[in-house]
Amino acid sequence: MIVYLGRRLIQAALILFGVSIITFALLYLLPADPVRQIAGRSATAETVENIRRQLGLDQPFLVQYWRYVLKLMSGDLGRSYIQRSEVTELIMSRLPASLLLMVGAIICEVSIGLTMGLIAAMRRGTVTDRALMVSSFVGVSAPQFVVGLLLLYVFAVRLGWLPIGGYGTWQHLVLPSLTLGILGAGWYSRMMRSSMIDVLTQDYIRTAHAKGLAGRVVLLRHALPNAILPVIAMIGIDIGLFMSGIVVVESVFGWPGIGQLAWQAIQRVDVPIIMGVTLVSACAIVLGNLIADIVAPFIDPRIRLK
Amino acid sequence: MKRFPYMIAASAIALVLGLPPALAQEEKLDPNARPGGEIVITYKDDVATLDPAIGYDWQNWSMIKSLFDGLMDYQPGTTELRPELAESYEISQDGTTFTFKLRPGVKFHNGREMTADDVKYSIERVVNPKTQSPGAGFFASIQGFDAVAGGSAETLEGVTIVDPLTIRFDLSRPDATFLHVMALNFSHVVPKEDVEKHGPDFGKNPVGTGAYRMTEWTLGQRLVFERNPDYWRQGLPYLDKITFEVGQEPIVALLRLQNGEVDVPGDGIPPAKFQEVMDDPEQKARVVIGGQLHTGYITMNTTKPPFDDVKVRQAVNMAINKERIVTLINNRAEPANQPLPPSMPGYDKAYQGYAYDVDKAKALLAEAGFADGFETELFAMNTDPNPRIAQAIQQDLAAIGIKASIQALAQANVIAAGGEKDGAPMIWSGGMGWIADFPDPSNFYGPILGCGGAVQGGWNWAWYCNEELDAKAAEADSITDPSKSAERYRMWSEIYAGIMEDAPWVPVFHEQRFTMRSPRMAGDDRLYVDPVHIPINYDYVYVTDVQ
Repeated sequence: MIVYLGRRLIQAALILFGVSIITFALLYLLPADPVRQIAGRSATAETVENIRRQLGLDQPFLVQYWRYVLKLMSGDLGRSYIQRSEVTELIMSRLPASLLLMVGAIICEVSIGLTMGLIAAMRRGTVTDRALMVSSFVGVSAPQFVVGLLLLYVFAVRLGWLPIGGYGTWQHLVLPSLTLGILGAGWYSRMMRSSMIDVLTQDYIRTAHAKGLAGRVVLLRHALPNAILPVIAMIGIDIGLFMSGIVVVESVFGWPGIGQLAWQAIQRVDVPIIMGVTLVSACAIVLGNLIADIVAPFIDPRIRLK
Repeated sequence: MKRFPYMIAASAIALVLGLPPALAQEEKLDPNARPGGEIVITYKDDVATLDPAIGYDWQNWSMIKSLFDGLMDYQPGTTELRPELAESYEISQDGTTFTFKLRPGVKFHNGREMTADDVKYSIERVVNPKTQSPGAGFFASIQGFDAVAGGSAETLEGVTIVDPLTIRFDLSRPDATFLHVMALNFSHVVPKEDVEKHGPDFGKNPVGTGAYRMTEWTLGQRLVFERNPDYWRQGLPYLDKITFEVGQEPIVALLRLQNGEVDVPGDGIPPAKFQEVMDDPEQKARVVIGGQLHTGYITMNTTKPPFDDVKVRQAVNMAINKERIVTLINNRAEPANQPLPPSMPGYDKAYQGYAYDVDKAKALLAEAGFADGFETELFAMNTDPNPRIAQAIQQDLAAIGIKASIQALAQANVIAAGGEKDGAPMIWSGGMGWIADFPDPSNFYGPILGCGGAVQGGWNWAWYCNEELDAKAAEADSITDPSKSAERYRMWSEIYAGIMEDAPWVPVFHEQRFTMRSPRMAGDDRLYVDPVHIPINYDYVYVTDVQ
């Protein structure tokens, strides 16, 4: 276990190193010049060069990268070019909102996905099954921007049940979580359905039925716990999926998370923020996968760490 | 040098010559306005900074104006200059010395009284390269600018504190735009102690002398401005509180406005909903329409064939169907025939420009030796509606035989391409078009059409340089006497007519502003399309539902 963990941590460090150097290189190669954005259109060539020197952007790529890594080691992500604030502060102020949204999304996708999958498996081959599977397909393929606006229009504007975007109360959390969760719910319902069908054909289920147990008991006590395991093990991986989803969902709902921060930074070529958010996302994805792998054998003893 | 007698002498000459010191007029309050109440404004993006030395986008520009003040300002809703923190000012006869008498008893939000030292400190801070201010270049006419901007001096030689309430600026050349420069946010006065206390985070902890003070900034969520009880303009502002909610999509903001939760959507009416709003009489009544100091244009690189031939450039000018392009953006603009927008002094109403005439354009192209046309590239920003506009331009060019391939890129990449001599043969400026820093015709020249801007990394994307016009521009800007401003504006009209003869640009349209407000908001319509306050002039608007 410890050896496994150690190996995975080294792997994680290598991935983060790779992500950081690739992102840094891509931003370096970008034909846009952040210094000119900072200096503005009334600046003289001298002013532009002065700023470039102060930011160390006149140095060769490797020197710039080395300086960045050195600062990174001490937890310093630098200062935003446009906002001039500490990137760490900007990210930390927005991270709780993104985490909250992810928790909401996980609750949505698991509860909706598992319920749909369970019903579909039990009604296998019927119209209900087909209807559920078609809607899960729609959920997976619908663009989140459209789903978000649609939900907003129906539940907030037309029905007035929930607030129109914003942040602060649990009511604010419902629609963005649902939007983000619908995608995962689509996958989960399909996984749950096939897993359940698989379990229902097992011998021990037939035995349980033969013992004369009620159908509901067989389903809830014998089949469900076994069918649910492989599905639960996937949640960690979802964090990676969410990282791309939050950029869109946070923008639609005005949710003050790091997705929104990233989107604004990309539009303004604010390199330190883009780097910071990319690294934080990469950490989250690596960590999510790691947790998924470590937790899986505890939930499902059929899986073993190698 | 005997400074004091010099000043008296200067003002004496000024008086003799009919240049009385300009005095601040009494503020006229709106008799219908009731003080109190609060409003909610939404924005998509978080505010970048509220430091007047740094902030340079249309979102924070007006917010900074409400937190800080400068020596000069404009009559609300107009482009007319007036003294602000200055009580009066005098300009020497040769136009190189500006002396400002400060208003006494003006207090910063921290309670300290503002003096001439603060004015000097604030301007030197902007020019100092350590501040990395995008506005440093505006102060280039002050004596000693090069030394401070180059990092070899800390203080500007040309700024003198005569007494705690009098400050004098000595310029290295007469500068007719200097009063406008003193009205820019970059000239706004900041207290040294707070700047030093917060360092680079001053932009998140702004302290000024303005009508409002900032009481809350929750990153990514909201900013709150509250009425400054010690504000030096009696009776202003009318509102007690403004909440800026950030991170709101324009379309969501509009829905919330319709729901009564928002008073002004800061990003305007989203294009997808524009027609719907304008077709509904009830909603349309709450939209204020006004001009903007903006021009959208196509640049042609005048240093590279085939655009080094003036006939080719004139042919392109005749080939573009501007009316059609305007319909593409739901008529949210008016067609342009010259670089200056109509609300700018110096705009020539009589000027006709190049009429849309495909046959004439073809003939001119044939004359230039391109009867069969040629291939080129058109750069444009990749956000709606710019690719659509670029396609319309592409079709118009194809009609005279020019095959232009479109390069739709991110804003920063287009700007970078324009700043390279070999970068971009043609650029559609949409999304990056020039919005004036101050309402003066010279502001549309220097960086974007003057020889000084035609440098690597510059904004003169046509790489256009007409030295004769450059000299005339310098001559016009040396006329500092306000009584000769009509003559100066006439000179500028001639300069722009001269530019259009050389045709480095196709001026395409001037964007209009459409500000939507909630039914409870009131105040002169001009406050909602104020040329220098976007979207609205926060200091003068009010609400009608207060007790």
